[in-house]
Amino acid sequence: MKRYLLARAGFALVSLVLLSVTIFAFVRLTGDPAVLLTEPGASPEDLVLIRQQFGLDRPLWVQYGSFVAHLARGDFGQSFYYRTDVLDLYLSRLPASLLLAAVAMAFSLVIGIPTGVIAAVRVNGWWDSAGKIFALLGLSLPSFWVGLLLILFFSVFLGWLPSSGSGSLLHVLMPAFALGWYFAAAHMRLTRSSMLEVLGSEYVKLARLKGLPEALVIAKHALKNALIPVLTLAGINLVLMVNVAVVVETVFAWPGVGRLLYEGITARDFPIVQATVLLGGAMIVVVNFLVDVLYAVIDPRIRYDR
Amino acid sequence: MTGRALASRAAGLTVAWRLAAFRTGGFPLLPTLILVTLALVAIFADALAPWDPELGSLGDRFLPPAWQARGSLEHLLGTDHLGRDVFSRLVFGARVSLVVGFTAVIVAGVLGTALGILSGYLGGWVDQVIMRVTDTWLALPALTFAIFLAAIVGPSESNIVIILAAVYWTRYARVIRGEVLSLKERDFVRLAIVAGCSKRAIMRRHILPNVLNSAIVLGTLMLGVVVVAEASLSFLGVGVPPPKPAWGLMLADGKKGLMAGYWWLTVLPGTCIMLLVLSANLLGDWLRVKLDPQLRQL
Repeated sequence: MKRYLLARAGFALVSLVLLSVTIFAFVRLTGDPAVLLTEPGASPEDLVLIRQQFGLDRPLWVQYGSFVAHLARGDFGQSFYYRTDVLDLYLSRLPASLLLAAVAMAFSLVIGIPTGVIAAVRVNGWWDSAGKIFALLGLSLPSFWVGLLLILFFSVFLGWLPSSGSGSLLHVLMPAFALGWYFAAAHMRLTRSSMLEVLGSEYVKLARLKGLPEALVIAKHALKNALIPVLTLAGINLVLMVNVAVVVETVFAWPGVGRLLYEGITARDFPIVQATVLLGGAMIVVVNFLVDVLYAVIDPRIRYDR
Repeated sequence: MTGRALASRAAGLTVAWRLAAFRTGGFPLLPTLILVTLALVAIFADALAPWDPELGSLGDRFLPPAWQARGSLEHLLGTDHLGRDVFSRLVFGARVSLVVGFTAVIVAGVLGTALGILSGYLGGWVDQVIMRVTDTWLALPALTFAIFLAAIVGPSESNIVIILAAVYWTRYARVIRGEVLSLKERDFVRLAIVAGCSKRAIMRRHILPNVLNSAIVLGTLMLGVVVVAEASLSFLGVGVPPPKPAWGLMLADGKKGLMAGYWWLTVLPGTCIMLLVLSANLLGDWLRVKLDPQLRQL
């Protein structure tokens, strides 16, 4: 167990290092970092000053060392526009993103799991076909277009829901659905295939042989086991949602980290863009690590294998 | 509801589903037709578009489609906030989407396949390095990563292709490497080694032809992903630069007329994206089952 955990932790660490190297390298390979780190419209003298101040005239490995040292101390630089620490900005926007992700996740599970179960129980039936179309659309439609259509229908034509901003429960409904549809489709597909697998297993056959009512077999014996991979995926997806919500948050002017990233792009506020990508990537690496640990706790085979 | 009613409804929907996918004997005819039509539209955009897609007249702003009141036959699908003809922009937008989409998919595919083959066949530290990089890049949220790159290099059509290729090659590398790992244990590769083939020759003449099917299937499925990514980048203002007629850019412009109820500026470009992505996905699904049984699990 200990060795397995150490190996996974080491792997996560390597990923974090590679992540920082990637970001570091791209900034320096594809352009002049001094231009990115100064505010737009800086004079040539300013650029020289910035190069000295940030040590951009030093060898690359020294630069990388100080880059990582700053990150480790939680120093992601200053926003040009807000004049504050980028990490503080990010953390102040995170709750809104988490709220949106949580509601979107609720949507995706409430829609995805029941439709997935029904599709598995009645393969090729009406529900299965409807589910297939629903999933195909969810995986194919760009989420921001779904968002725009929702605004057009529910805000402009019907006038039922507010088109943008935040503050009430009504505000979160449309962005959460636009964000959640894709994931509902993914959760539905996984529930269906996982359920099909479990329904073919020996213990489900035994439960049926005992003469248990079919509803009880499905709800108690099959669903419980079929849900394990779905909930694991949902856990990873929750973090992913925070990071893919850029376009949806932009459409609905939702004040989360995605919107912060958009503001960073439009104001050419590079420290914000860099911090959002770094923190997003780091979040995903950490969650993947936690899932590995969780699996080891649940499943002894993984623990003792390696 | 009685069993029979349910059954007939099920049959009805299955027929609808088959029609939607146009699965005549399995082959997705309708998606293929849509893709071919879009390709033809992109090629003959100059002949099809009645107006210059980038020039508008401010006197004709926000004209609705021809069948609505105030609409005119001159602008079949209406005009946008600068008085530009929506139909002409959609037609030229097909060119932008398809050119960017196809080139990005091909560049990413060539890069990913090459690295996947190297990684899988050579093994050792080459494999370690390529796979660690692949894993890390796969962990990065693709769209955020693309936005980051676009923010550094600046928006242009060719930069978008490079960015999308840089973000999406990892998907190919993972799958192709897995296949190469099993291929290299096969007898024909062992015989080639015994016969004295160089590593390069084996990879090129014996491994590559055997992974091409998978690469093509992946490429078709990736086309949808890449088209949506390009539209998202353009929508956010870091993709195809204005005034070029890209569908994502049209949606961003359309947002200006959204609250006034100018629905055609939002509905029409999105429908085009949807048709392209849906068709690519349906065709990709079919190819996957047809060409490569191993990928069915994907």
